[in-house]
Amino acid sequence: MPHLSSDATPTPGWNHRHLLDLERLSGDEIRLLLDTAARFKEATDGCRRKLAVLTGRTIVNLFFENSTRTKTSFALAARRLGADVVDFSASGSSLSKGESFIDTAKNLEAMGVDAVVVRHATPGTPHLLAQHLDVGVINAGDGPHEHPTQGLLDIFSIRERRGDLAGVTVGLVGDIAHSRTARSNLWGLLKLGAKVILCGPPTLVSSRWREVGVEVSHDLDAIVPRCDVLNLLRIQFERQNTRPFPSVREYAHLYAMTRERLKRARRDLLILAPGPINRGVEVTADVADCPQSLILDQVTNGLAVRMGVLWLICGPREDASIETAATPAEGRFV
Amino acid sequence: MGTLLIRGGRVVDPSQGIDRLDDLLVRDGLVVAIGNDGTQPIGRADETIDATGLVVAPGLIDMHVHLREPGREEDETIESGTRAAIAGGFTSVACIPNTEPPIDTQSTVEFIHQKAARADTCNVYVVGCVSRNREGKELADIGQLVEAGAVAFSDDGAPVYDAELMRRALEYCRMFDKPILAHEEVLELSRGGVMHEGLVSLLLGLTGMPAAAEEVMIGRDIALAEVTSGRLHVMHVSTAGGVALIRAAKARGARVTAEACPHHFTLSDENLRGFDANFKMSPPLRTAADVEGIIEGLADGTLDCIATDHAPHAREKKMLEIDRAPFGILGLETAVGLSVTRLVASGRIGWPRLVEAMSTLPAKILGIARGTLRPGAVADITIIDPQMTWKVDVRSMQSKSVNSPFDGWTLQGRAVATIVGGRVKHRLGGP
Repeated sequence: MPHLSSDATPTPGWNHRHLLDLERLSGDEIRLLLDTAARFKEATDGCRRKLAVLTGRTIVNLFFENSTRTKTSFALAARRLGADVVDFSASGSSLSKGESFIDTAKNLEAMGVDAVVVRHATPGTPHLLAQHLDVGVINAGDGPHEHPTQGLLDIFSIRERRGDLAGVTVGLVGDIAHSRTARSNLWGLLKLGAKVILCGPPTLVSSRWREVGVEVSHDLDAIVPRCDVLNLLRIQFERQNTRPFPSVREYAHLYAMTRERLKRARRDLLILAPGPINRGVEVTADVADCPQSLILDQVTNGLAVRMGVLWLICGPREDASIETAATPAEGRFV
Repeated sequence: MGTLLIRGGRVVDPSQGIDRLDDLLVRDGLVVAIGNDGTQPIGRADETIDATGLVVAPGLIDMHVHLREPGREEDETIESGTRAAIAGGFTSVACIPNTEPPIDTQSTVEFIHQKAARADTCNVYVVGCVSRNREGKELADIGQLVEAGAVAFSDDGAPVYDAELMRRALEYCRMFDKPILAHEEVLELSRGGVMHEGLVSLLLGLTGMPAAAEEVMIGRDIALAEVTSGRLHVMHVSTAGGVALIRAAKARGARVTAEACPHHFTLSDENLRGFDANFKMSPPLRTAADVEGIIEGLADGTLDCIATDHAPHAREKKMLEIDRAPFGILGLETAVGLSVTRLVASGRIGWPRLVEAMSTLPAKILGIARGTLRPGAVADITIIDPQMTWKVDVRSMQSKSVNSPFDGWTLQGRAVATIVGGRVKHRLGGP
C-alpha cells in the first residue's frame, strides 16, 4: 500500500500532473491509483462519508459532451473530499458564441481552479488542454479514445473480487471501435498482467488490435467459457458514421450476453457493464441483474477511484492525510 | 538591367544534362551562357555572386500552392505567399483554384495575374477549375481559361467525383495539351476521417482515412486517362500502393505524371500521437512503409516531381480540436531543407534528380518555358547551400499562417539566393 503522507510532498510513486490516459502509465502507477482508491473506499466507509482532505480546493467539471453519471460521480467524489465543485457545460456557454475550448478553459483557470475534469467528443482534447493550462487536467472521456477513471474502476471492481489481475482472462465485448472504456481497460489490464480478449464483429473489432498483444475474436460463444470476466460494452450509435452491422436484432443474436450463454460460462464469471446499458442489446435483463453482475459495484467504486485520482492530481494538503481526516474525533468531517 | 555573374558554383541543369563546376552569366534578365564564353570578362559584370560550394539550379517551381486569395486572405495572400515562395527558393508557383470565388473565369485569372504583378516577387501560374464553380457538375470554360493563361486544371481540395465528368475533362483538355491535376479520394471511405487509418488511429480512437480511399480513385483516374489518352497528373501521392499503381500505368505507356509532398516523405501517422492539428493534412500522413514507398517512387522517377501542397490556415484555426481543425500544412519555406535532408543528404537521390523533380519536370508538366538554364532562357535561378544547417522558426516565416509541424526542426540545405528574371529577389547572408 502506498504511504499517503501528511506533508505537501507529492505521493511517492506518482509524478504526473494530469491523468490523460492509461496507455502511458506504468503498471506500478496503475497499482498506486488502485491502492489509493482502495484506501479512500475504506476510509469513507464504502464511499459514504466525507473526508476533509481537499478543503479549499476547487474542481471544475468541464463537460463538452453530455454526461450524467460520470459528471455526478466526479462531483460527488470531489465533495466527499471537501473540495468545491463548479459545473461548466458547453451548452449555453460562450462556446456557442464561437469561443475556442482552449480559451474557455483558460478563463476557468484564471478563476483560480485547481483541477479541470474534462469530457469532450474529440480524442486528444484533454491532452491539448494539458499543454495550455497550468492546472491538473483529468480526462473524463475523450471521444472514443480513453476514459481512464472508467478503466480504473472496472479493474478496481475485478480486483476486489479476484485480487491480483495477473493471469485473469477478461473479455471486452461489443463496440470496441468507438469505446473509450475498451481502450482504457485494455491498457490497464495489459499492464497488470491480465489476458485481454476483444470480441465483436470485424466492423467493430479491428484485427490490428493483435499488434498490441490482445486476442481478437468474432465469436462470443467460443470465448465465453474461457473468460473470468466479461465487460459488456454499449453500442455507441451516436459515434457511428454508418451502421457497422445489419440490424440491432442480428447484433443481439450474435453478441448479447444471454442466460443461455451464461450457462456455458465459468460459475464464478464476473460480469461488468460500464453503463448506461442497453438491456436486450449487449446484455439481457436477467443477466444484468444476476449475482455475478458487478454493475452496481462499479458505480460505488467509481467514487473511490475518482477520490483517489483527485487526491493524487490536486496533491495532498499540508495538514491532511487520509488517516487523520478519517478520525471523527478530530472533527475533520465537513 | 545589366549583367550578373554567378561564379564557381556547381551548376546542375538536368534539361541540358549539365552537372559541373562552372560560372553562369546573366544579361538583361536572360541566361547568356554557362561557362565563360568570352563575351563578358569576369571582372566587368555589374554584379557578382560567389557560388563556391553552392548548387546553382534553374529556378525551383512549386506546381501545387494554395495562395488563398481571393477569399481567404486571413490565411494567405498572393503577396505573402509569393514572398514565402522566394524565401524558400521558388521562382515560380502554380496556384490552385479552390479560392472564393474559385478560379473558373477569365476575369479571376486576370485578377491573380494582376495581383502577382503588383507583388512583383515570383512568377505565378494559374491553375483553372475543372468544373464550373468547382461544383463537380459541368466543365468550366476551359478553352477560355487557357486563353487567359491557365496552365492546368484542377478541382483540388476535392476530387472530380463524377467519373463521367472526369473522363470528359481528360478528353477535352487534350486539344490544349493541358493536364488535369487530380486530388484522389473516395469521399465515402474517408468520411469523418482526420488521419490515416491504421494502428495509430485505432489506438487514438480517431476516425481513419484508409489508403484505399486514395488508391481506388487513383485507379479510376488512370483507367480514364488510358481510355481518353488524356493527361493525368496525380497530386500529393501519399501511399506506397498509389506509387505502385502509377508505376504500372507508366509502364503501360499511360500519360500519367505524379507528385509527392515533402511532408509525405518525412512524417508518418506516428506523428499524430500528440493530437497536434499541425500534423493534420489531406491526404493524411501515412505509415513508415508508405514514406519509404514515396521515397522509392521519387528515386526511380515514378513520382516525377516534388510539390508542397502549401496550404496555409491561420494559427487559431489549427489550435482547435483535431476533428474541427482544417487540413493543411505550410510547404514553401521548408521544401528545400526537407528534400535535401531526407533525400539528398541521406543518399537516396542525387542533386540532378532533385533539381529535375523541383524544376525541370514541373516546368515540363505545366508546359511553361522555365526550368532550364539554356542560353536565351529567362534567368530564373535558385542557388542552394547544400551544407547549411538551419533551424525552422515559424515566427520568422513569410507566410501569413504561423504554424508548421517542423517548427524547431534542424534541416540541412537552404536556398541562399532566389533570382527571378535576372533580378535577385531573395538573398540570405553575404553581399
